[in-house]
Amino acid sequence: MKDLIQKLVESWGPSGYEDRVRELIRAEIADVVDEWRVDALGNLIAVRKPIRPGGMRVMLAAHMDEIGVMATYVDEKGFIRFTNIGGVYPLNLRGGRVQFRDGRVGVINREEKAEGDPTLAQMFIDVGAASREDCPVRVGDPAVFLRDFVDLGPRLVAKALDDRVGCAILIEVMKQLQDTPHEVVGVFTVQEEVGLRGATTSAFGVEPDLALAIDVTATGDTPEARKRPMKLGAGPAIKVKDRGMLAHPKVKDRLIETAERLGIPYQLEVLELGSTDAASIQTSRAGVPTGCVSIPTRYLHSPSEMVDYEDVTNTVRLILGFLREPIDLG
Amino acid sequence: MDTWALLKQLSEAPGVSGDEGAVRAILKEAIAPYVDEIRVDALGNLIAVQRATVEDPLRVMVEAHMDEVGLMVIRADKDGYLQFQKVGGIDDRILPAKAVRVGKDAIPGVIGIKPIHLLGSAERKKVLGVDDLRIDIGASSREEAERLVKRGDRAVFDTTFADLGPRVKGKAFDDRAGCTVLAALLAAGPYPVELHAVFAVQEEIGLRGARVAAYGIDPDLAIALEGTVADDLLKEKDESPTTELGKGPALTAMDRSVIVDPRLLRFLIQTAEQAGIPYQIKQPGVGGTDAGRIHLVREGVPSAVVAVPCRYIHGPVSLLDKQDMDWTIQLMEAALKRISPDVLAR
Amino acid sequence: MEVKTVLQRLSEASGVSGYEDEVRSLVVEQMRALADEVRVDAMGNVVALRRGYAAGGDGPSVMLAAHMDEIGLIVTGVEKGFIRFTSVGGFDDRVLLGQEVIVHGRKDLPGIIGSRPPHVLPASERGRVISHHDLLIDVGLPPDEVTAQVRVGDLVTVNRSMIELKNDLVAGKAFDDRACVTAVLACLDMLQRMRHAWNVYAVATVQEEVGLRGATTSTFAVTPTVGIALDVTFGSQPGVSETETMDVGKGPAIAFGPNIHPAVFERLEAVAKANEIPYQVDPIPAATGTDAWAMQVTKAGIPTGLISIPLRSMHTSVETISLRDLQRAGRLLAHFIAGLDDTFLDALRMD
Repeated sequence: MKDLIQKLVESWGPSGYEDRVRELIRAEIADVVDEWRVDALGNLIAVRKPIRPGGMRVMLAAHMDEIGVMATYVDEKGFIRFTNIGGVYPLNLRGGRVQFRDGRVGVINREEKAEGDPTLAQMFIDVGAASREDCPVRVGDPAVFLRDFVDLGPRLVAKALDDRVGCAILIEVMKQLQDTPHEVVGVFTVQEEVGLRGATTSAFGVEPDLALAIDVTATGDTPEARKRPMKLGAGPAIKVKDRGMLAHPKVKDRLIETAERLGIPYQLEVLELGSTDAASIQTSRAGVPTGCVSIPTRYLHSPSEMVDYEDVTNTVRLILGFLREPIDLG
Repeated sequence: MDTWALLKQLSEAPGVSGDEGAVRAILKEAIAPYVDEIRVDALGNLIAVQRATVEDPLRVMVEAHMDEVGLMVIRADKDGYLQFQKVGGIDDRILPAKAVRVGKDAIPGVIGIKPIHLLGSAERKKVLGVDDLRIDIGASSREEAERLVKRGDRAVFDTTFADLGPRVKGKAFDDRAGCTVLAALLAAGPYPVELHAVFAVQEEIGLRGARVAAYGIDPDLAIALEGTVADDLLKEKDESPTTELGKGPALTAMDRSVIVDPRLLRFLIQTAEQAGIPYQIKQPGVGGTDAGRIHLVREGVPSAVVAVPCRYIHGPVSLLDKQDMDWTIQLMEAALKRISPDVLAR
Repeated sequence: MEVKTVLQRLSEASGVSGYEDEVRSLVVEQMRALADEVRVDAMGNVVALRRGYAAGGDGPSVMLAAHMDEIGLIVTGVEKGFIRFTSVGGFDDRVLLGQEVIVHGRKDLPGIIGSRPPHVLPASERGRVISHHDLLIDVGLPPDEVTAQVRVGDLVTVNRSMIELKNDLVAGKAFDDRACVTAVLACLDMLQRMRHAWNVYAVATVQEEVGLRGATTSTFAVTPTVGIALDVTFGSQPGVSETETMDVGKGPAIAFGPNIHPAVFERLEAVAKANEIPYQVDPIPAATGTDAWAMQVTKAGIPTGLISIPLRSMHTSVETISLRDLQRAGRLLAHFIAGLDDTFLDALRMD
């Protein structure tokens, strides 16, 4: 699965511009799913029909988009000012590199005279242009972090693990799914980082009976971190709540039972901030019982996010186990 | 259609979010001769359909919002001054010493302030908020004030529209400029698309009108028309003016509410370039528009934003360049004539 | 119907957003006696239908929404027998210190949010508000027993019985918005003795406190002709601006503003006047922060209204209302519903 993760994280796809990631995923799953389609906003919706009766329509969502930046102004000397696409922390930017759609690379730095906490308004991208006329980047051009994938053995480091690792897990689930009573609809969503937008429209279209989002979550296991119960290597995190969603208690309990039955380590997640596609799926139409499985991840929204590989493979096992039997929400 | 006469009429009409009736009445009369169907929905959106010149057309929603930011009277105090709150995003600092019109009867009022003679130096530096300010309509008691003005009545800035030559000034160009463009488009139609024109309510308090209109229409694609921020004043630093007056319609790539569908953005740019109409890309990341909700309804609607640059919006008086508005109308006409389902091919 | 008893039962039940089970079972029981059909939907909303006589029970409909969830606390960790927590919904950290709570673990455990005594506090500490991150719940059990009973994600509610004050005022927890659930029940009870043409969907919604989520989905399913939300509003009390409050005991507030269809406001006001029900007009410039805000923008748009009961000390365990205001809200609603007919459909047209 590591090769798949590497291919996904090294692909280029800020929110709203996910076409390359989508094409990569489509090529991976086209042969194993019964049907697939791309909707009006660009969500990739793949369906596996049930193998036996007694199930429901289950939507699994992982988002394809990654955070990035967008050029807002090119000054007389050819320096590019930019804004964020999704949650970009200024502290993570200085000295970093970004890549535009055509492959062109720029370096980020900060106004020398600026003081205090860094803000995006003090920063600029230098693509080596001599003047505004010479600058190949136009206002409105998006870019993403440029950073290689690193395999540390038990742990993986890369940009955009949020949420390409979720995409990799969902691809594996779609591939390995053998015996299930459920119609499993894998949705690779767009524009999660800017407000759960792809999940909003795809959930309306799919009309699931039950849904799970697969996304990353912050941990509290680094030096002097904020208190958070989640850590790397302790298994997938089963979400109880975050800022945008309270998991359906029965869905949450069912995930816990599955993990305990299969002997998969797990953690329970209560997150004060942040949210996932699950939040918008839950309130779609007349409401959808929804849960979320999270992959504990360090250094979220930085160019070097870190996950534990065993957490990743255990998440695949957990979701496959969850889908094996009929689910009673009564 | 005399676009400038219409803009004047619209600009001078009151239409604070939730109370858009006067603006709706003007628009309804202005567009009635050009449309095949017209209705008002449960929230007060004015929705008109102009049928296509071809069979099996694209269903295109073009939208502009009727509402403006303004004030709401909460109650009168015991001396007959009106306590009020803001509706929509208003900078408190623009309020003192302004003239307003209150309620259906457009009762004149002023927002008073303590004379400079009586201020200490610390007081002069204090920004006054709505809790510190009152509207004075000349009433001498709560009873008299509440006879003239009802709790919940809206107040708007008392601003006259004027032609300054190349430019015009008036209140509420955000988004009466967009309304005017949309009315002009209807007058110049029909087009090879089924045009669903929406004059929306309640944009300024959360993009609320357009979303329900879009749900009802279920269009193939949508374009929001706006009067948008032009911040092209003198600046110390070499930085973005957001948009500039006189440089043509502003196209949005991304704002706080929407990432414009790249296919539609490309199409609009090509349309402008082919027709020789100047255009500019609005500074990404600034503001939000009804497109932010329209593109999320049902299974999703590819959406774009085209705007007339306006200075000083959300203040008592805004300023726009006449040529920008003409160019915006021309660009939208060209786009509606040219657009086909191929634009949405992936 | 004895509103005080009903309010007390509902108030004292637990029902933190997303975990409304206990209060829901009480509401379902009450609704069954007053409605033709009662169901619980996918999100956990209780949807009760009382059929009207128009079109053989297939006529226009009015949906009433009052939320049954309450703000609460949720366990984030157990350390050496002490319980760490965060909040679900908007809690003021200042009301937590020294509060008695119930920890809803494998069984319900009484607990205390511990406070250090003044004797050991440096003076500088006393001027500081303690964040809930630094507070601990003590259930008085040995650490291994706590670990066995309590885990991450368990809910915690404040332990509070309803208190009767003078002049028909009562204080307690979760009056926001169980007072309005009670008013809806009182209205349905009155409707048993009145004729109404329109179908009435009485919905006790979930997850209002975390973002109007239950009203969003239940309104989508019901798609009523008209929606009326019932919620509490800020009651006048010392230290709160009079432009932001309604008086407690002077009748329910009828909201006016962009969230409210003008014809619904006008009709509610007319009904109050005709039936000599005291009321107050509550002008709200933009967001009402209630289920009405979500109901209005459902599907292609729903004409909405909002009736509020003035309440002091919102989001604490000593929320205070007037029982008379509650009863008046129920009466106002019942008379409004009984008067709904085809002419009102015409009144709803905005053009």
